Amino acid sequence: MSAITAAVRDSSVIARRNLINVVRTPGALVTGIVQPVMFVLLLGYVFGGALGGDQYRSYLIGGILAQTLTFNASFTAVYLAKDLQLGLIDRFRSLPMSRVAVILGRTSSDLSTSILSVAVTLLCGLAIGWRITTGPGAALAALALLLLFAFAVSWIGAVIALTARSVEVAQSLGLVWLFPVTFVSGAFVSVSSLPGPLRVIAEWNPVTAVATAARELFGNAAPAGFAAPGGWPAENAVLYSALCSLGIIAVFAPLAIAQYRRISKR
Amino acid sequence: MIRVENVSKSFGSFKALDGLNLRAGEGTVLGLLGPNGSGKTTTVKVLTTLLAPDSGDARVAGHSVLSEPELVRRNLGLSGQYAAVDEKLTAFENLHMVGRLYGMNRHNAMARAHELLGSFRLSDVAGKRAGTFSGGMRRRLDLAGAIVARPKVVVLDEPTTGLDPRGRLDTWDVVSRLVADGTTVLLTTQYLEEADRLADHIAVIDHGRVIAEGTSAELKQSAGSERIDVVMRRAADLAAAASVLSQAAGARADEDPQNLRLSVAAPEGHRLMVRVLSELDARSLQVEEASLRRPTLDDVFLQLTGHATAAAPEAHAPEKVGVPV
Repeated sequence: MSAITAAVRDSSVIARRNLINVVRTPGALVTGIVQPVMFVLLLGYVFGGALGGDQYRSYLIGGILAQTLTFNASFTAVYLAKDLQLGLIDRFRSLPMSRVAVILGRTSSDLSTSILSVAVTLLCGLAIGWRITTGPGAALAALALLLLFAFAVSWIGAVIALTARSVEVAQSLGLVWLFPVTFVSGAFVSVSSLPGPLRVIAEWNPVTAVATAARELFGNAAPAGFAAPGGWPAENAVLYSALCSLGIIAVFAPLAIAQYRRISKR
Repeated sequence: MIRVENVSKSFGSFKALDGLNLRAGEGTVLGLLGPNGSGKTTTVKVLTTLLAPDSGDARVAGHSVLSEPELVRRNLGLSGQYAAVDEKLTAFENLHMVGRLYGMNRHNAMARAHELLGSFRLSDVAGKRAGTFSGGMRRRLDLAGAIVARPKVVVLDEPTTGLDPRGRLDTWDVVSRLVADGTTVLLTTQYLEEADRLADHIAVIDHGRVIAEGTSAELKQSAGSERIDVVMRRAADLAAAASVLSQAAGARADEDPQNLRLSVAAPEGHRLMVRVLSELDARSLQVEEASLRRPTLDDVFLQLTGHATAAAPEAHAPEKVGVPV
């Protein structure tokens, strides 16, 4: 059996085990479901009135999706750290299985949480007036782009877990970077409204790209008064967000796997 | 089957292993006995390829942990200090998963899981989640996981730590059956009783090196002869009784006035015991309790390291010689 088929097979065994865990611990999904709903309602109705009403709420959905999926990286961080803290990973590491499988299995199965988050966000969006104004092809492309991004940030979560080594540390490390990364972006406001350096960061922030690409593909226009985002990343949002996701995977997947080979409990 | 050659491993300035040498023949149990921090777990990690040694090499079933870790893993089963079972999975799912990860196809993994559940007396709870299991059952499931692929070598790191007496007996039973099947076992323990009971060969380690090895009997012999312990009923009798003991044994008896206890080395314990008791009786010195005690591995350990091991969960009951008093 070649290394790649072995890796895929072992990863699917681990992913299956993770999914059984998810199904049997439904409480763990609450954050993934409640958070996007909360943000849609909070931002849509607390800020929505001042920022453009119905049009803003429809525009908001792309941002909430990008934010929620970024936040889902913390699930990967916490659950992988939990596995590491149990003796289970030592058992896995002593097995003649692929060295990639434990993490690839985790990042793959965490996609299920992200699919759920996307579904909940979109249902919530439908309830407050969000619509797909393009076609099914573009909508499917948007979903694919979103899940690719979710899979990519999940590898960041994996590196955090493997670096932190304890659930508590993974939990806090897994959360702190999420707020600046998701808020210094065009997820909720127009990038043009940000001051100088922050604006540049936000323009190139992958979260902005994913939000912009989703809006573009779903066909959700910015409310009146939102300055049109400029620059290469905004003009090529779909391409740029795909490149960002692939770039994140290219950097963080080898890092995570190298860390995994090195770690040992205590 | 297991061979550790001059392995050293340091963590910063702490030398966990310092030129460790071990050897275990096929189908034998090697007991690795030592206190916390003596290097037992580090040894296990080196053997199971979880940790690379700084120097030296270890071979499992002829394969080097350094140059052929993949082959080592194929021939090895590990049951670590904490039962490595997934609490949300059922007993069956746990074993099936491990079988699949050893490269078995679905069908074989399933058949093997059922077979092991049967032989580890877990068939009745095959569909129950491991999280609901008692410590002993969980440990049994973990041990079953270690032998899913019928490895030639099984490494058990403190397999009974944290178990109640019943769980411990269960585990011992399983280990004995493993060996009966020809598996080579390396077992680490802090409990002398456990090493005594299970291991063919014991290596006592401290500060990352072997300080004594041999069979349990050999190690005990090195700790000296049997001892007679006598507890008197009245303090007034103590001095007289001590001189009786000293005379009979030809060695000075140790006195422990607080507990009215006397103790003397007795090379021919059984014969001497009878003499001592009839002598004491003849002088109307009243005996509360008398016992003939073989040196335990505890004595060996104390003598070798100068510090005691962790208290065994069950006290080593001295071999009592029936004394009607």
